[in-house]
Amino acid sequence: MSAGLKVLAPGLHTTVQDLGRPGYQAFGVPVSGALDGFSLRLANALVGNRLGTPAIEILISGPAFEVVADTVRVALAGAGAGLAIGAEKKRFAAGQSVTVPRGEVVQVVVGHQSASCYLAVEGGIAVPLVLGSASTYVRAAIGGLDGRALRQGDFVPLAIARASDRPELRLSSPVPGTGDQPIRVVLGPQQEYFTEEAVATLLDNEFRISQSADRMGMRLDGTLLRHRRGWDIVSDAIMTGAIQVPGSGQPILLLADHQTTGGYPKIATVISADLRVVGSRRPGDSLRFAEVTVETAEALCRDAERLLTEMVTRLEPVPDGPKLDLGSLYDDNLISGVVSGLD
Amino acid sequence: MTVRFLSAGDRALVAEFGDRVDRTLSDDVLRLDASLRSSGLPGLVETVPTFRSLMVHYDPLVTSRADLEDAIAGLLDRQGEPRGSATLWRVPVCYEGEYAPDLAEVARLTRLTPGDVAALHSGVRYHVYMIGFLPGFPYLGDLPPQLALPRRADPRVRVPAGSVSIATTLTAIYPYESPGGWHLIGMTPIRLFDVTRPRPALLNPGDIIQIEPIDPPSFASVKQAVDSGNYQVANEPIIQ
Repeated sequence: MSAGLKVLAPGLHTTVQDLGRPGYQAFGVPVSGALDGFSLRLANALVGNRLGTPAIEILISGPAFEVVADTVRVALAGAGAGLAIGAEKKRFAAGQSVTVPRGEVVQVVVGHQSASCYLAVEGGIAVPLVLGSASTYVRAAIGGLDGRALRQGDFVPLAIARASDRPELRLSSPVPGTGDQPIRVVLGPQQEYFTEEAVATLLDNEFRISQSADRMGMRLDGTLLRHRRGWDIVSDAIMTGAIQVPGSGQPILLLADHQTTGGYPKIATVISADLRVVGSRRPGDSLRFAEVTVETAEALCRDAERLLTEMVTRLEPVPDGPKLDLGSLYDDNLISGVVSGLD
Repeated sequence: MTVRFLSAGDRALVAEFGDRVDRTLSDDVLRLDASLRSSGLPGLVETVPTFRSLMVHYDPLVTSRADLEDAIAGLLDRQGEPRGSATLWRVPVCYEGEYAPDLAEVARLTRLTPGDVAALHSGVRYHVYMIGFLPGFPYLGDLPPQLALPRRADPRVRVPAGSVSIATTLTAIYPYESPGGWHLIGMTPIRLFDVTRPRPALLNPGDIIQIEPIDPPSFASVKQAVDSGNYQVANEPIIQ
């Protein structure tokens, strides 16, 4: 019998993702992939996978799975998230692996600190690769499980039917928090299409993520950004993290599933190191932006990569089997999140 | 030829040649694209050609914006190289009845007969400027000037896959059902994008399209052949 996770409850928007499918943007195919690739890679490391192995991206509200395999080793990454396992709903914080036997239920609780978290399974999610990637791109119905978000009753196939016999792993130190730090941007490519006041407004004011937010992008509420040279450009290519401003003046921050090209000017681009911060924010959260140079952004990208490497190389075995989380790792918000998530 | 380098964060830069939809600019873009693709530059991830600029994605763990700008400037100095292979595709299109829901309106707006619109539209060869908006969606041009119209005032929520459309100086084919604001004057039974093919996108930027008008019975038979996997779009290499 094939191994898998049976979806008892799908959550809000739960998809199979890896690090995306670069190489096809010239043919109109978005890169897609995890909104927070840092956490996806960390979750994979915790279960002993290669870091880019297909895993499950969970947004806003968590799914519940029944284990249909001898045992599965799972790990969650994402600030404040946790797992509730089995009939007793034993709680395990993100940042450690745990092995779950057949028939048990794994409930993912997103919590209040981050809008996204990543569930990795030892061996990986066994969906066919499309153009070299398992990432789900819903708009063209490619990748993942039939090109769509998970639904109740789905069977998510797993690559291995039994967890390997070895100690569980955990992070030796927590992931440095991102709190309410400003999101760093490089101005451009089309900042000259905007008034000086618009650029100043972007950098000085607070914006709020509107309800119109998904994997393609998030509309930001706040002071409108005025164009100086019109809002219709000859279509050009779009980078993930670009902040495009259509005629309305309301900025849209473009995320992993964004269209590859578009005809609105882009005032600035979120640096790659801060995309995971954006991916952790939810509708209603506020955002502030701060300008950095390309050189600084490149250095910050290398810093983030070094941090990930350090965290992966410093994973440590859990001393006496999986550590039960007895509240010390949870904040009050998460406990209320657990309750509402399970009720 | 002048190029400007624009910032697109720390993992991409834009080499911009101008700000118009223009064949000369497009040729500059595609020539740089071809030389970058064959350059073997370390840290180059992928390139995305558009009407008047090329986005160059790079890995800042391997290279930097500064190094890449220097390398691109060096490539641009070696002008006049051919930009490599391209293909002429003969694309069957039906301009009749249900396949052409906006043809009568386009004829009215352009003061032509529907037959003239179809004859004009299929009477020139189109350059594939770029692919974007949707997987495999080609922006083709230029239209005969008599057919230039603004986009529809009321975009459709659902444009069927295969729709052949016009707007501004361009024509395009919808590879998937999608919302769309262009005028629909015909339909092709061929598949522009299919992830099950080794090369999923039929067209490459820089290819040339020649439309072959077909009648509804031919549309039906080509469609059947496409669906059963027995149709090959006629094509030939072109020398540039």
